[in-house]
Amino acid sequence: MVEVSRATRLHPLQAGHSGILSVSVTLAENATRISLRAREDAIPALSKALDLTLPTKPKSTASNGARSALWIGPDEWLIIDGIESSVAEDLRKAKVLHSAVDISHRNVGINVSGKGADAVVNGGCPQDLSLSAFPIGAASRTVLGKIEIVLWRLAENEFRVECWRSFSNYAYAFLQESARDVAA
Amino acid sequence: MVHSTHSGSNRIAGVGRLTPAKTVRFTFDGQNLTGLEGDTLASALIANGIHLVGRSFKYHRPRGILSAGSEEPNALIDIERDKSRKQPNVRATVQEIYDGLKAKSQNRWPSLTFDIGAINDVFSPMLPAGFYYKTFMWPKFAWKSIYEPKIRAAAGLGVVPGEPDTDRYSNRFAHCDVLVVGAGAAGLAAALSAASTGAQVILCDEQSEVGGALRYETDVKIDGLSGYDWAVATYAKLRGMANVRVLTRTTAFGYYAQNFVSLVERISDHLSRPAAEMPRERLWQVRAKKVVLATGAIERHMVFANNDRPGIMLASAARLFLNQYGVAVGRKVGVYTANDSAYAAAIDLKRAGVDVPVIVDTRDSPSSAVIEEARSLGIDILTGHAVYSAGGKRRVSSISIKPNNGGNERKIVVDALIMSAGWTPSVHLFSQSRGKVAWDAANERFLPGTYAQDCISIGACNGTDNLQSAIDEALVAGGGQTGALAATGGTNWISGMIGSAPGAGANTTVKAFVDFQNDVTAKDVRLAVREGMHSIEHIKRFTTNGMATDQGKTSNLHGLAIAAEALDKPIPAVGLTTFRAPFTPVTFGAIVNHARHDLFDPTRRTPMHAWHEAQGAPFEDVGQWKRAWYYPQAGEDMHAAVNRECVAVRNHAGIFDASTLGKIEVVGPDSAKFLELLYTNPWEKLGVGRCRYGIMLREDGFIYDDGVVGRLAEDRFHVTTTTGGAPRVMHHMEDYLQTEFPHLNVWLTSTTEQWAVIAVQGPKAREIIAPLVEGIDLSNEAMPHMSVREGKICGVPTRLFRMSFTGEAGYEINVPADYGKAVWEAVYEQGKPHGLTPYGTETMHVLRAEKGYIIVGQDTDGTVTPQDAGLTWAIGKNKTDYVGIRGLLRRDLVSDGRKQLVGLKTVDPKVVLEEGAQIVANPNQPVPMTMIGHVTSSYWSENCGRSIALALVIDGTKRLGERLYVPMPNGVIEVEVTGMVFFDEKGERLNG
Amino acid sequence: MLLIKCPYCEEERPELEFRNAGEAHLVRNSSIIEQSDEDFASFLYFRQNPKGLQFERWRHIHGCGRFFNAVRDSVSDKFLTVYKAGEPKPDVEALLAGRVPSDAEPVKRRAPRTKKAEL
Repeated sequence: MVEVSRATRLHPLQAGHSGILSVSVTLAENATRISLRAREDAIPALSKALDLTLPTKPKSTASNGARSALWIGPDEWLIIDGIESSVAEDLRKAKVLHSAVDISHRNVGINVSGKGADAVVNGGCPQDLSLSAFPIGAASRTVLGKIEIVLWRLAENEFRVECWRSFSNYAYAFLQESARDVAA
Repeated sequence: MVHSTHSGSNRIAGVGRLTPAKTVRFTFDGQNLTGLEGDTLASALIANGIHLVGRSFKYHRPRGILSAGSEEPNALIDIERDKSRKQPNVRATVQEIYDGLKAKSQNRWPSLTFDIGAINDVFSPMLPAGFYYKTFMWPKFAWKSIYEPKIRAAAGLGVVPGEPDTDRYSNRFAHCDVLVVGAGAAGLAAALSAASTGAQVILCDEQSEVGGALRYETDVKIDGLSGYDWAVATYAKLRGMANVRVLTRTTAFGYYAQNFVSLVERISDHLSRPAAEMPRERLWQVRAKKVVLATGAIERHMVFANNDRPGIMLASAARLFLNQYGVAVGRKVGVYTANDSAYAAAIDLKRAGVDVPVIVDTRDSPSSAVIEEARSLGIDILTGHAVYSAGGKRRVSSISIKPNNGGNERKIVVDALIMSAGWTPSVHLFSQSRGKVAWDAANERFLPGTYAQDCISIGACNGTDNLQSAIDEALVAGGGQTGALAATGGTNWISGMIGSAPGAGANTTVKAFVDFQNDVTAKDVRLAVREGMHSIEHIKRFTTNGMATDQGKTSNLHGLAIAAEALDKPIPAVGLTTFRAPFTPVTFGAIVNHARHDLFDPTRRTPMHAWHEAQGAPFEDVGQWKRAWYYPQAGEDMHAAVNRECVAVRNHAGIFDASTLGKIEVVGPDSAKFLELLYTNPWEKLGVGRCRYGIMLREDGFIYDDGVVGRLAEDRFHVTTTTGGAPRVMHHMEDYLQTEFPHLNVWLTSTTEQWAVIAVQGPKAREIIAPLVEGIDLSNEAMPHMSVREGKICGVPTRLFRMSFTGEAGYEINVPADYGKAVWEAVYEQGKPHGLTPYGTETMHVLRAEKGYIIVGQDTDGTVTPQDAGLTWAIGKNKTDYVGIRGLLRRDLVSDGRKQLVGLKTVDPKVVLEEGAQIVANPNQPVPMTMIGHVTSSYWSENCGRSIALALVIDGTKRLGERLYVPMPNGVIEVEVTGMVFFDEKGERLNG
Repeated sequence: MLLIKCPYCEEERPELEFRNAGEAHLVRNSSIIEQSDEDFASFLYFRQNPKGLQFERWRHIHGCGRFFNAVRDSVSDKFLTVYKAGEPKPDVEALLAGRVPSDAEPVKRRAPRTKKAEL
C-alpha cells in the first residue's frame, strides 16, 4: 500500500458572512448526526444509552451538553452532536430494537440569528413562529421556499436550519435574500 | 380663491394637508410638472389642470380621472423608472409622485390629444358589443393573422416592458389573531379594540395613510377630535403597540380557505431613490384566526350621455382632492346626484371658494340638513332634474339639464362635473371568502349574508349607515374593552339609484357608459339582452361589462340593474357575478417573489462538482441535479470526447461521478422480508456482503425503478435507486411500510446525500484503487463481482461495492460526502499512470447500452413489465407476494402482442437511429403506416465500431434476425432485430 | 392554502408540508395473488371520487413523515376529522351531528364501495 494522506473534508457550502444585516446567516459547525428510529418501548433504553431523555412530544427537543435529540416524528429523532462524538457507539450498546443511520454528511446546518430571525425564516417557511406556537427549543421538519428543512429554535432570535447538503446553497441564498428583506 | 402657482394652478392655498414648500417635480407625456410631496399622480395632474389622461380601450375616447382610489377605471398610466423597470396600467389615483417620476399616457397614437384610433368612436355604430365575434369570423385563417393582431394593437392597455425586471420582491408568511382589512374609522376602531385584548393584530390599508373616508369627511368628530386627527392619533397609538402591525400601501387582494389572506405591500413605488436593499413589493401570506373586513363602500357614477368626458368624476373623489391635497377639480363645478352625499362635496368646494353653479338632483323632493346647508350657501339646487348630456370633448365644457317630467333643456357651462349615484358596499373580499351576499331590496345593494369563515364585516361594507353604529360594531368586532367612542357626522351611505339615469334609458342610443374601462354602454347591455343573453354571466361575457382590470368596481351594479330592467326581472333573479382574487391587479413579481434567478429552483451539485467544472465538463440536467456530461479535451467535440471516453473505459479504466444515485438504508430485523415485498427479486438468502440487481414494480406490474442492493448485515441493506426516482421510491416504500406492512420491524433512511459515489470501471480498476484501500481484500476470490465491503479508503470510511453498469470489472466507492472530492482526486492521481479517464453521463449511457442494461424511464415508460424488458430472470420464481405480483398476472400483460425490448442494428452500420423514431414492418404500405414499435436508446458505439440501438417492438423477441424499417423524413432506414447485448455477450469482463 | 391537522404532530400545519395520497381504506389483499380479476381491478383502479365527504389519505411528508387518513368535504374543502393510519373509519353521522351545518357544505354521501377487506 502506498502512503496516502487522509482525505480532507470539503464543506458543500463555501459561504462568507454578511455583516450589514441585522440578522446574520452563518454556517453551523460540522456535526455528528444520526437518524434514530425506534418504537415507543425502546425509548427508555435508548435514552439511557444516549444520556438524554428522548423527547416524545411533537416538535420538542432535549439536550445534554453538545448532544441534542430533535423529535421529528413519532418514531424518529434527529440526533445532533459535536464532531467528535461517541453517539454511534453509545447507541450500539442499547440492545433494543432500533435503527441508527449516520447522516453527518447528508445534512448541513445554517444558523440564523439576530433580531428578526423569525421573520427571515418566515420569508419561506409557512409555520407560525411566534414564541407561543414555536417556543425556544422547538424543532420541526418543514419547508423553506422550495426545499425541505428541519427548523430548530435555539433562542428567541436564533434558529438552526438543517437541510440536505445539495440544497444548502439554495437554503443559504434564500435566507440571505430574506435577511436583506427583513433589514430593508 | 387664492391659487398657489408652485404646484399647479388648481391648488388652493390653505386647503388640504400637504406642505406647499415640499415640491416634487415629475413629467407627464414629457411635460415638466410640479406637485407636492404626498400627492398622487391624479391629484398632481388635476392640480396642474390636466384631466385628459388616457384614451379608452375600444373607442379611443378621451378619458379623465374618475375616482381617487383603487377603483379607478380610466386613469391608467405607464410609469417608467428605467428600461427594465417599467410598469403599464398603473392607476394614477394610487401612484404617489416622487421627484423624477416619469408618467406616460397609454393607448393613443400619435398623441394623447390627437389620437388616430378615435375614428373608432365615429364608426362605433359598426362596433357594437360582441362585434368581433360576429364580424371577424371568415375566413378562418384571417382571425389569427389579421383580425386578432390588428384588434389587439388598436385596443389594449399599455405595453409590457421589453427587459427583465431588475426589482426585488419578497415574501413573508405571517400569523395573527385578528387581521383587519381597511383602516377607515371602522377598521381603526376594530384594531384598537382587538389590540386592547393583547391579541396579535395586523391592520392593513391600500392607501398611503390611514383614515379612509375620514380623509375627506370634514364634518366628522370622533372622541372629541376631527375625524382625520383621530385617525392619525389612533394610527400613532397602534404603531406603538408591540402586538400590532400596521401595513399601509398594502392591499388585501385574495381571501382563501381557513382565513388565509394574501396582501401585497408596495414598499418603494412611491420613493424617488429606493435603497438597494429595499424590495419593490412584499407579499404577505397571512393566516388569521379572525378576519375583520372594514373595506368601506365605492361610490357609483351616474349613467348618462357622454358621462365619460374628462372632468366628470365621483363626488367623493373631488372632495378628497380638495380636503386632502388642496386641489380643486375645476373652477366651475357642476354637481349631479341621486343622493345626499354629493351635497357635502358641493359644500366643501363652495366653502373653498370654487364656483358651484348647480346641483342637479334626480330626486323629486329630497330633504335633509345637508341640502338646506347647500341651499343656504347660495348653490342653485334643481331637484327632479337630470343631466341629459355632457358637452365638450377633451374636457367637459357644459351640461344639458332637463326636468324628469319633460320640459325644456337648459345648458350650464362648467369645467368639471362631480356626480354620485350612491354607494356600493365593497363585499369583494367577503365574497372571495365564499360568503354569500344577500340583496338589501330597500337600499338596492348586496350586503354580506351567510359567512363561510371566521370573519366579520363592519362599517360601510356591511351596510352600516351611521358612523356611530359603525364604530360601535367595530369595537364589538375587535373583541376588546376600549370604552365607547363618541362619533358624529359622516357620509350617508344609503339611497341613490342604480341603472341608467333619465335620458339614457330604454330606446335611447346615447353613449352612456356603464363600464368605462371596457367601453360598455347602457345600450350594449340592452343589446345583449335582446340577443338572448338572460343570465348576468352571459351578459357579462357578451358585453365584457366588469371584465376589465378594475373588475367592475363602479359598473357591476349599474350593469345588473339595466339588464334586470330589460329582462323585467328583479335584480337578485338576474344574479351577481362572482368576485374573484385579486381585488386589484397584482404584479407577477410579488407572486413569484424570491423564486427568481438562483432561487427559481434548487440546483443540486455533487461533492465533486468543482472538479468537473475545472475540467471544463459541460453539465447535463437530471431533475435538479447537475451531472458532468463529458470531459472534452482541446479540440474535441462531444462526439470525439465520448468516443475517447468509451474506449478508455474498456481498454484501461474510467472514473465516473455516480453520487446522484438515490440511496436508502433499510434497517431492522425484517429488512429482507420487506425487500421481498417491494422487489421482484428474492432477498432472504442474499448473503451478507453480497449485492443484487433489484427491480421494483408498481402494483399494476409495470417497472417503477431499479438499482443494486447490497446487504451490509443481516438487518441492514444499502439500497440504490435511479437518480430521478430517489424521492418517489422513498415515498413508495414508506407508503407500503407504514400502511400495508406496518407489522414489519424496518426503518428507512435516505442516505443519498450522505455518500459521494466514485465509480472506477475497467480492466485496471482494481490496480488503481488497491493502494488506497485499507482493510478490504480486493482479490476476485475475496471480493467477487456483486459484493460489498466496509473498510477505509484514503483513511476515511468507505462502503466499497464491486459492481458494474459498464460491463467491465469495477467498483463504486462510497465515502462520506465531504470526503468525495479529496478521494476522487486521490483516485484520479493514482489512476493517471494507468490511463484512468474521467467519463460523463453520455459515455455511461453508451457503455450500458453496449451491454443492454436498461435505464428506467428511457427504455421503459411505465407500461413495460420485467418480461417485456428481458428481465424475467430477476423475478423470484417461488415468491408468493411482492408489489406487482398480481398485476403481472393480468391477461393483457401475459398475452402475445406486447412490445418487448430488443436490440436493433442498422444495416448500414454508420447510420445512427433517432431516439423515439417509429418502426414498421413494411415500408411500402400507405400512410398512415402501422407502427410496431419505437427506438428507446440509440448511440454510436466506438467500441463496436457501429451504431447500436434498443427498441420496444411488438413481439420483439420472436423477431430476432428479422428486418424492420424506420421511416424518416429523408428516407427509410433498414434495421435488423438483435439481442440486447452488443459487447462481450458472455459477460466475461465483469469478473476480470 | 389549507391548514391540515396532523394526528401525529397533534396540531394544524400548512398544506405545503403535506401530500395527498389518494383514497383511503383501500386494503391490499393479503393473498393478492389469488384475487379475482374483478376484485383486483376494483382495488387497482376504481375510485369513489364523491362530491361531498370523502375518505382520503395524506402524508405529512415534510413534517413527521407519517401517512394518516382524513374525512374531507370535496365541495367546501373542509376537513371533518383526521385519524391515524390503521384506525377504523370514523362514524360520519356522529361527526356531522356534532357540527353546525352550513349551506356552503352540501353533504352527499354514497354507500362505500363493497370491498373484500376493510379496516
